[in-house]
Amino acid sequence: MASKTAKQKTVVISICTGTGGIAAGGLKVVEAFEAAFVESKVTAEIGPRTHKVGCRGFCAKDVLVDVAVDGNTETYQFVTPDKVEKIVQEHILAGKPVKKWLVKKDYHDFHSKQQKLVLANCGTIDPESIEEYIATGGYRSAEKALKMEPDEIIDIIKMSGLRGRGGGGFPTGIKWESCRRAGGNIRYVLCNADEGDPGAFMDRSIVEGNPHSVIEGMIIGAYAIGATEGYVYIRAEYPLAVDRLRLALDQARDKNILGKHVFKTDVDFDIKVVLGAGAFVCGESTALMTSIEDKAGEPRPKYVHTTDRGLWGKPSNLNNVETWANVPLIIDRGADWYAGIGSEKSKGTKIFSLVGKINNTGLVEVPMGIPLRDMIYKIGGGIPRKKDFKAVQTGGPSGGCIPASHLDMPIDYEHLSEAGSMMGSGGMIVLDEDTCMVDISKYFLDFCKDEGCGQCTPCREGVAQMVRLLTEITEGNGTLEHITLLEELSHMIQDASLCALGTSAPNPVISTLRYFREEYEAHIIDKRCPAGVCKALTTFTIDETKCTGCTICARNCPVGAITGEKKSPHFIDQEKCITCRVCYEQCKFGAVQKG
Amino acid sequence: MDVTAIDAIISKFPEVKGNLIGILHEVQNHFRYLPEEELRYISSKTDIPITQIYSIVNFYNRFSLKPKGKNEICVCLGTACHVKGAEKVMNALEENLNIQKGESTDDMNFSLEEVRCIGACSLAPAVVINDETYGQVTPKRIPSLLSKHKDG
Repeated sequence: MASKTAKQKTVVISICTGTGGIAAGGLKVVEAFEAAFVESKVTAEIGPRTHKVGCRGFCAKDVLVDVAVDGNTETYQFVTPDKVEKIVQEHILAGKPVKKWLVKKDYHDFHSKQQKLVLANCGTIDPESIEEYIATGGYRSAEKALKMEPDEIIDIIKMSGLRGRGGGGFPTGIKWESCRRAGGNIRYVLCNADEGDPGAFMDRSIVEGNPHSVIEGMIIGAYAIGATEGYVYIRAEYPLAVDRLRLALDQARDKNILGKHVFKTDVDFDIKVVLGAGAFVCGESTALMTSIEDKAGEPRPKYVHTTDRGLWGKPSNLNNVETWANVPLIIDRGADWYAGIGSEKSKGTKIFSLVGKINNTGLVEVPMGIPLRDMIYKIGGGIPRKKDFKAVQTGGPSGGCIPASHLDMPIDYEHLSEAGSMMGSGGMIVLDEDTCMVDISKYFLDFCKDEGCGQCTPCREGVAQMVRLLTEITEGNGTLEHITLLEELSHMIQDASLCALGTSAPNPVISTLRYFREEYEAHIIDKRCPAGVCKALTTFTIDETKCTGCTICARNCPVGAITGEKKSPHFIDQEKCITCRVCYEQCKFGAVQKG
Repeated sequence: MDVTAIDAIISKFPEVKGNLIGILHEVQNHFRYLPEEELRYISSKTDIPITQIYSIVNFYNRFSLKPKGKNEICVCLGTACHVKGAEKVMNALEENLNIQKGESTDDMNFSLEEVRCIGACSLAPAVVINDETYGQVTPKRIPSLLSKHKDG
């Protein structure tokens, strides 16, 4: 049946094989398509191509599959191997897409406000093929840059307004210039791929989905700065990204894009990969360099900048993955074009990972300055189960929580700082009414306590004391004096710590005390956790007027604390209850009350 | 002591400078931990003081001086996983395996670790067993996940 009509078709099946896609079964879907093609004799007749692509962003819908027949593309969501046969038969052979499995309105809403520049090719090209990267204009910018004067390149980057995408947002062009002007013959360019902020995964997705864009950015930077050696410091927790990066480097060497006489010029440049080993502090610039030098990753004082004395004591320029991936775009399309995107002082686009209590979780690239409300409600599709939005946590452990009253705030470097948070690497963890802000603060301080290097006393001892105070509050043993002490400790740690991990460690507490002080007071004065998270301060009861006696809570209670007849109100035995929240989460009628 | 294995690993790297952490990763992958004798051998072979090697091994979370189980389970405790109930997943694993995090089972079949964010936030809560990432893990799914990897 396939023979006559199918012969004229070109069929390309693009399947997400990023970490998210693979975890959802992406590789099995690839196999299923290949097997189905052989089985239905499509392979012999039309030679369809299965095409493994990187992360496409909307991980909540994985496995996402694009089926392109003669250039007409339809996107399927939640594809599993058992759906493949029907897609092949009906869509590819009979020309009728399987409508019920196609993406819905929320998929289009998710993409409506986005502007994909850095992620443009993530999810469309095969990250393991340098040819595909080159076919989309890849390495054109590097070749162009190598014909320019280094200072000219630096001027373009300065004029574009590009700022570092990994933390404080320092202007990239100015950093490059300082490194270029530093003395000596040896300089290094480094790429920070040690994306440690919990809740951020844009750098992983770029390296997994388009590794050549990072390499190309580094080639341009190295030439502008005058470096012949580069390093990518990447987390060992990202095995797929490490493999794809190494493969991409080998491919670039084979094509003479790296190594001696890059693009047949007299420029030499090569890149080494160094693996991290599970230390958050190594994302700090000086600690990262110490780690490459075969030592424990302890930060160094920064009164001498790393652009003057960095790796092995030589001038070194460190940018993160996303910053490097912006560089080829700027060289290709010009500083004016780039500076035309974004807000007044924050130029270009920024990638955010939208995660936590949000319907459309995934990776989002938007122009700087879009309102937070658009991010949460238009792109993110709001909060699951019609819960109330409470706050969004940005900037990782160094950042803070932005409350609902700031929903109309534009998202850029300046506004995030004013609101007491920071851009960081772009993690956005959405919190709803069921998230306890004291617990979140404790989580981040505990994180910093574990991840601190232990060198300087204010951070090592101070953060540990803050964790102790927060734990006492969440256990019901807090007093108002605890809040005063937390504030005093916060200022001391900010003033006296050696590195940015220490000086920013108290931020989660400062920002939650600024916006959610009453929640701390509820824990202390009323001995109550309003969100129902802190076990010692929570009781669950059943509202008899709402309970329908569906028995779902009783069946799911792990300790048998809930009793009641079918179709009549149930009851929780407080003696037995371990406040695990299962009943609260399972009840469809809102009958389980927290308090 | 397995000198051949260590020699083979070191010779894979063009130079030791800037690659010590890489060497230790490979040694740990081979032995599933970093045995003391082997570390002393690396020290004598590379002229890096054993104190420096120890400070690295102790500093970085990935390195272990204790043998790890055949199957390594890492529970992500990143922020997205935390707000979506990663604690409960960890508790269920501890209960099922009858060990605490950081420990291995007596039969050395499993070891249980916590990891701070594996960047699979849209799959939260996430668990990695060996090289496989599992998303939206609930305490109920734990027994089937474990049986899938048992003796495997």
